[in-house]
Amino acid sequence: MFRQRSDLPLTRDLTGHYLAWIVAVMVYLGMLALAVALVLADMAARWETGLVGSLTVQIAPMPETPGTTGAGTAAAPLAARTELALSLLRSTPGVERVTAISATRAAELLEPWLGGTLPADLPLPALIDVVLKRPVTVDVAELAVRLGGAVPGARVDDQAMWLADLRALARLVQLVAFAIVALVGSACVIAVIFSVRAGLAIHHPVVELLHIMGATDRYVARQFEVHVLGLALRGAVGGALLALLTLYAVGHAANGLRGAMLPTLSLPPAELLLLVVVPLVACLLAVMTTRWTVRHTLAAMP
Amino acid sequence: MIRFENIGLRYGSGPEILRDISFMLAPGSFHFLTGASGAGKSSLLRLIYLSLRPTRGSLTVFGQNIDDLSRDQLPALRRKIGVVFQNFRLLDHLSALDNVALPLRMAGLAEAQVQDHVSELLRWVGLGNHLDAKPPTLSGGQQQRVAIARSVINRPRLILADEPTGNVDDGIGMRLLYLFEELNKLGTTMIIATHNEGLVEQFRHPRLHLENGTLTVIPPAGGSEG
Ligand SMILES: Nc1ncnc2c1ncn2[C@@H]1O[C@H](COP(=O)(O)OP(=O)(O)OP(=O)(O)O)[C@@H](O)[C@H]1O
Ligand SMILES: [Mg+2]
Repeated sequence: MFRQRSDLPLTRDLTGHYLAWIVAVMVYLGMLALAVALVLADMAARWETGLVGSLTVQIAPMPETPGTTGAGTAAAPLAARTELALSLLRSTPGVERVTAISATRAAELLEPWLGGTLPADLPLPALIDVVLKRPVTVDVAELAVRLGGAVPGARVDDQAMWLADLRALARLVQLVAFAIVALVGSACVIAVIFSVRAGLAIHHPVVELLHIMGATDRYVARQFEVHVLGLALRGAVGGALLALLTLYAVGHAANGLRGAMLPTLSLPPAELLLLVVVPLVACLLAVMTTRWTVRHTLAAMP
Repeated sequence: MIRFENIGLRYGSGPEILRDISFMLAPGSFHFLTGASGAGKSSLLRLIYLSLRPTRGSLTVFGQNIDDLSRDQLPALRRKIGVVFQNFRLLDHLSALDNVALPLRMAGLAEAQVQDHVSELLRWVGLGNHLDAKPPTLSGGQQQRVAIARSVINRPRLILADEPTGNVDDGIGMRLLYLFEELNKLGTTMIIATHNEGLVEQFRHPRLHLENGTLTVIPPAGGSEG
């Protein structure tokens, strides 16, 4: 399909051949970065709906120090501190429902871990179950700090905190991934510009001849566009295939060691389709850059 | 058709190659362009096919002053001009047929017609057996004929030929000149730069003679008997 006869001996010079390689590498990197961004977005969404929709607050029992003078709430009885935490949580916007878990229920929950019946005087933490409104607007980390400051011994359970951190990290990595996609795109544009300019310089006598024979800039640009499209397509297909292969291999490997926290690494079909847009965009970008570069350069010729 | 008014030309900061050139060519005329080697024949032709701008003076081609033309208007104007370059300037990676076909394809002619026209013309100039030959495999005279075929294929209104008979024997040279005469009779304006005094004498056309950077128009020798 690209064995088309060209007026310019473009296929004969070396400037073009590295372009296919550059496009291949760019498409490969771009697709991987985009895949990472998409997987992370997916994960974050899942954490939000599945796990972060609720959280548990623990209030640790503390040795009561009867009789001491107003050292504040530090020594307030567990029940009082629980009440305080409950009211604070209820007044927090974005919280749907707050339930204190009864001591008997807590003991039941702990039994499988500790075995047998628990001694009655075992100091158990008070547990509060918090259900958040969807979509989740509560900043869990901030809530934890506020709660810890107001209610001594109160702690938002680790999992929710950890997930909040992880989501922040995921967003950061996502940002980096998009930045990589953008960088890769501009590197591609620069490579095309230099390649086309080199081509124009090498073939200046032929371009001049075509002009003398009445070729329009459009006609000359078209020659370069066809040539660059051929190279870009070859590179894009190669890079895309390699990227899909890599993603498949990573997904396959991850399946084996998937932990409880790690959602599946595979992408839904719609997002796979989005990945395929990368090589197409790369080709389009290459052709548009070529057209612009040729016309821009030719405008300076008599 | 072509009008030079006080035109001067210099390359870069070099001396003026052409000085105060003024002349006018009527449509359908036939002129030889003569002068010693280095006199500026090729440069004068370059001015006409708009590959070079004069350093001073005003140049009118097809009734349009070239200073008034925008870049977008140049291609259409250039397509009305057929050029035979002194060094042919054929594209080495294309066959003889594709070389000659260039102006037609540029004009967007249907491919079937392109093939017909081109192979017919190439047969006419005696290259029927070399349609698919690449220029480097052709002799100098054969290349020259390909170049001439390319310059006339799209029936230009003006043909500028720079030493079109320099590499062929007199027989073929005569034949090519008869081709130019035929085209001229159909209305094509011709300017032929040549060293070949014999041809100039044989074909009674006025000549533009360059010497010391200036141009004189010389009427055909002994042409008053007609
Ligand atoms: N591109 C150029 N740059 C600088 N000087 C040039 C250039 N082309 C031609 N010249 C100079 O211009 C002068 C005229 O050259 P031109 O080629 O027009 O002569 P000519 O009459 O065609 O000669 P010939 O019969 O040998 O083909 C010469 O002195 C040449 O050195
Ligand atoms: Mg010359």
